[in-house]
Amino acid sequence: MIRVTLPPHLRKLAQVAGEVKLDLEGPVTQQSLLDALEARYPMLRGTIRDHMTQKRRAFVRFFACGEDLSHEPPDAPLPDAVATGTEPFMIVGAIAGG
Amino acid sequence: MSGVRVLVGTRKGAFILTSDGQRKQWEVSTPHFAGWEMYHLKGSPADPNRLYASQSSSWFGQIIQRSDDGGKTWHQPGTPPGEPTTAPDGTPKGESNKFVYDTSPETGKALTTHQWYDGTAHPWEFKRIWHLEPSLTDLDTVYAGVEDAALFRSTDGGQTWQELAGLRGHGSGSSWQPGAGGMCLHTIILDPTNANRIFIAISSAGAFRSDDAGKTWKPINRGLHSQYIPDPTAEVGHCVHRIAMHRSRPGVLFMQKHWDVMRSDDAGDSWQEISGNLPTDFGFAIDVHAHEPDTVYVVPIKSDSEHFPLDGKLRVYRSRSGGNEWEALTKGLPQSDCYVNVLRDAMAVDSLDKCGVYFGTTGGQVYASADAGDNWAPIVRDLPPVVSVEVQTLS
Repeated sequence: MIRVTLPPHLRKLAQVAGEVKLDLEGPVTQQSLLDALEARYPMLRGTIRDHMTQKRRAFVRFFACGEDLSHEPPDAPLPDAVATGTEPFMIVGAIAGG
Repeated sequence: MSGVRVLVGTRKGAFILTSDGQRKQWEVSTPHFAGWEMYHLKGSPADPNRLYASQSSSWFGQIIQRSDDGGKTWHQPGTPPGEPTTAPDGTPKGESNKFVYDTSPETGKALTTHQWYDGTAHPWEFKRIWHLEPSLTDLDTVYAGVEDAALFRSTDGGQTWQELAGLRGHGSGSSWQPGAGGMCLHTIILDPTNANRIFIAISSAGAFRSDDAGKTWKPINRGLHSQYIPDPTAEVGHCVHRIAMHRSRPGVLFMQKHWDVMRSDDAGDSWQEISGNLPTDFGFAIDVHAHEPDTVYVVPIKSDSEHFPLDGKLRVYRSRSGGNEWEALTKGLPQSDCYVNVLRDAMAVDSLDKCGVYFGTTGGQVYASADAGDNWAPIVRDLPPVVSVEVQTLS
């Protein structure tokens, strides 16, 4: 079981409270995790990754186990702690004033 | 019992203001989509309970929201949570926030470039929806004006969107250039007497008309004079801020341009200036009285570099003669120290008798007049900056 945390705006959009829990088959990568997240919550398509390029949106970052994974290749394996559900995969919106 | 519902889009959420036909006591909703930029909300003329809303953010992109109960509840009209996102044959199901420029050989045009601010070529990039225009007759058909400028249409209640690519692919598209707010398609007007006729306007390309339901388009900017562009009378390149029409007289259009208030009596084929005695003819919003096709409202703004009312006095100007002769409407509006702006989509009218006129400001006030502009009062004073105001007259 994979644990994912969403920023407040996206939690509201997906109508979820707290962490999202996903079951994944096969390798756990950014891409497979986000594919599974969007399949379960279709309204999140286009909000984390661009619809067409599938690239991470500019003001969205990915963190896990105290590391910034935003610039890791989408098909690189995520840390074991994420794959086993010990640590959450954190989707974070950039901090901004206003 | 008649009533009024005012749909207000702001920089930090949407608000719904309701009143009975007297328009004296108002109920202000708590924010819908709190924290998101709400560029526009509009109700379907075919069913007032059907509302469409444009929700966007720089972080998370564009979302389409729909209400089927007059704004009590909202949902994204695409595939619901937990449902398969592909049909049994493998084709993707509806994704309500997916806006893809049409480059198909059959209907689209090659996705090339438009001009950037400095005149260099810049690729088209979808950013957000500025304006939603529901069909006059079919509650599931709705048009969306987007940035970078293009026109999209949904015929399934907002689940899926297709570009009307003949507009962006119009011959002059590569020369279009953004205004300061972005290259936005902000005005969509559907002709109530001719289902094939659509008017749109783009900052800063100008006005365009289709006479075949959106397949092909032609620029309608003859008579516009913009001294701040290289060719002041160019066919395209004018910064049109807003166009308004009275439904009883669809061949007559009123335009607030960057500078100049204009009028066309031939469906945009030619324009004449009607700024007349306005103290400044810069502005954004313009609208027409619900029952008097020659009564027009504008809110003059000091200049293109000072986006606030002249002399700190918030004044709506009304012409009862279709332009040129304007009177200041001030009763109930601040006449000192007022430095707000009124944006292009932030003025609307109801169709009660007497006609109600409404506008919102970047200072968060929504003002209403229940007597065609003679007297004004704020419905609410302290919203986030108001981007859009639409009104539904309920029976």
